[in-house]
Amino acid sequence: MRRISVSPPVAALILAVILFLLSGLLPNGFGSDLDVARAQALNILRLAVFLGVIAAGQTLVVISGSEGIDLSAGAVVTLTAILTYILVNGANERVLLALVVVLVVGALIGFVNGVGITFLRISPFVMTLGMAGVVTGAIIVITHGSVTGKVAPIMTRLIARPLSPSLQIPNAIIIWVIFGILMWLLLERTTFGKNLFAIGVNRITSKLSGVNVTWTNLLTYSLAGALAGFGGFLLVGNTGVVHLQLGQPFLFPSIAAVAVGGTLLSGGKGSYWGTMAGAIVLTLITSLLTTMQMPESVRRMVLGGTLLILISIYGRQRALRQ
Amino acid sequence: MNRARWDAPSATRQPALFALILLVLAVLINLIVQPNMFARDTLNSNMRVFLPLILLAVGQAIVILGGGIDISVGGIVSIVNTVLATRVGLNGSPEQMWQYVFLSLLIGLLAGAINGFFISFLRLQPIITTYATSFLYAGLALFVLPNPGGGIPGDIAALYRSSTPLNVPLAFYVIAIVLFMWLYLRSTRYGNFLYAVGGRAQAAYETAVPVTGVQFSTYVISGLMAAFAGIAITMLSGSGNADIGGPMTLNSITAVVIGGNALSGGVGGVAGPVMGAITLGIIQNIISFADIDTWWETLVRAIIIVVALAAPGIVGLFRTQRRIS
Repeated sequence: MRRISVSPPVAALILAVILFLLSGLLPNGFGSDLDVARAQALNILRLAVFLGVIAAGQTLVVISGSEGIDLSAGAVVTLTAILTYILVNGANERVLLALVVVLVVGALIGFVNGVGITFLRISPFVMTLGMAGVVTGAIIVITHGSVTGKVAPIMTRLIARPLSPSLQIPNAIIIWVIFGILMWLLLERTTFGKNLFAIGVNRITSKLSGVNVTWTNLLTYSLAGALAGFGGFLLVGNTGVVHLQLGQPFLFPSIAAVAVGGTLLSGGKGSYWGTMAGAIVLTLITSLLTTMQMPESVRRMVLGGTLLILISIYGRQRALRQ
Repeated sequence: MNRARWDAPSATRQPALFALILLVLAVLINLIVQPNMFARDTLNSNMRVFLPLILLAVGQAIVILGGGIDISVGGIVSIVNTVLATRVGLNGSPEQMWQYVFLSLLIGLLAGAINGFFISFLRLQPIITTYATSFLYAGLALFVLPNPGGGIPGDIAALYRSSTPLNVPLAFYVIAIVLFMWLYLRSTRYGNFLYAVGGRAQAAYETAVPVTGVQFSTYVISGLMAAFAGIAITMLSGSGNADIGGPMTLNSITAVVIGGNALSGGVGGVAGPVMGAITLGIIQNIISFADIDTWWETLVRAIIIVVALAAPGIVGLFRTQRRIS
């Protein structure tokens, strides 16, 4: 008997499509109206972009192994969104400057994480957790709870709206596709990508085969910070407003998206396609529960239950007996 | 186990030593800002606030020793809190209270068993599994009590808040019992199994250690300790709130790490995490007494914690350098 094996990203995508089709049957679903269905699908995809981009850095960190995880991503997203908001302040010409600043700030925070983890041997979980506290504290000190600023018209134009009225796809989705291709190139076609997978599987053997483990690890955490920064930039471009809890709700979903996408949390195996699929599935489930007007308590339970079922299907580790 | 010893030379030989130094340091600083700290009533009012996190950290420490992690403990605390606050009520009788305390412990055991089942029998990854179940538990708590409210009778809450038998706060008795139970557990075969499983599950399996059973048991213990923490925090606050447990989860993990246990498992004990939890409480205490600008509180607390976490690593760094030169 042949066992049917479907790769996790494909499985997650199939699940997303089935869930979406089923949602059409709901009382307030799209029914047989194709235009509404398309609009809804695009809207869910657009919402998934932000989780997807924020989860990109998480994917890298998780692949790097040794319990790699980035719990500071949520705080970095909030910080960079606020920085963008303040720096741009409604002026189109400062958008590029803001983008550079948030990437650098994100990378710096990630670099400090990397230093703590590689040189001081703090476990990634607590190092990034501590960093999240520091960044959140810094945000409070800088803003004193209120932020004044404005996003530039060009950001809304380039992120939230479609490219042209005839093409109905919001730009955010196009940005995400390009971003996905770049991530794939980074992971599969660069030395860094190869080294990343290598240190994820086994740090000692990769060191012995000439991989600079320390440098790769530092670069991974810096990149993860920069990507979270980019996520914050996109997020504020879409919402147009910031608040002090903007990024936090994305933190654990970003880890869940990575896990649902089939990236092993123990490292060394995974793909960004999987994370993209995971982000779509999670966003879909969340928005379905919201459309169904479930109370918060039921929403939490259904989300937890679904996640449990998803990881039970393909998140299992190797058996002890081989 | 060998690998872990080699990874962090300074912290592993005496895992709890650093936690002790940190605790003494924190106590000394606290003594400056709060000179009457060791007066019976002040000590009691501090310790009763620290106790829920201490209990939670003990459960978390055992899970982490066994090589796992439990993100769902906060959810369990919330369920217990909401069940007690809604079912007993402000006018409940003591019998009712103790019945529901018993039920709470069963809830904790069951919730822990659910975690353990998925992680040890289905072999799912601990962090994501308990993350998923944390949603289940937090959702259930919110289902039981959608808006903060309810409560337990005042005289029962007072039992927790102001009991100081022999002039020693109640919390110290609880801590002593927990530590003695741990010492006993450690000396049994189960204790050895726990370290073996956390150090290297595969090797433990090959030497006939019942890995699945041990992993399962750690989550059950953690669930039970979370239920105790939930009971303690309910008696402390006297009221119900479905989100009371959420922020405690990450604190319990921080307490375990400050206590000198390796997050990768197999290294450390329970005394360290207990000291870690007390240290975290004292840090909070110092900050609220030290007259720090409110805007700076979060940042100062976070920096202190990061420094506390980084310090063993910095010491280790200097040691290795000295050895090379």
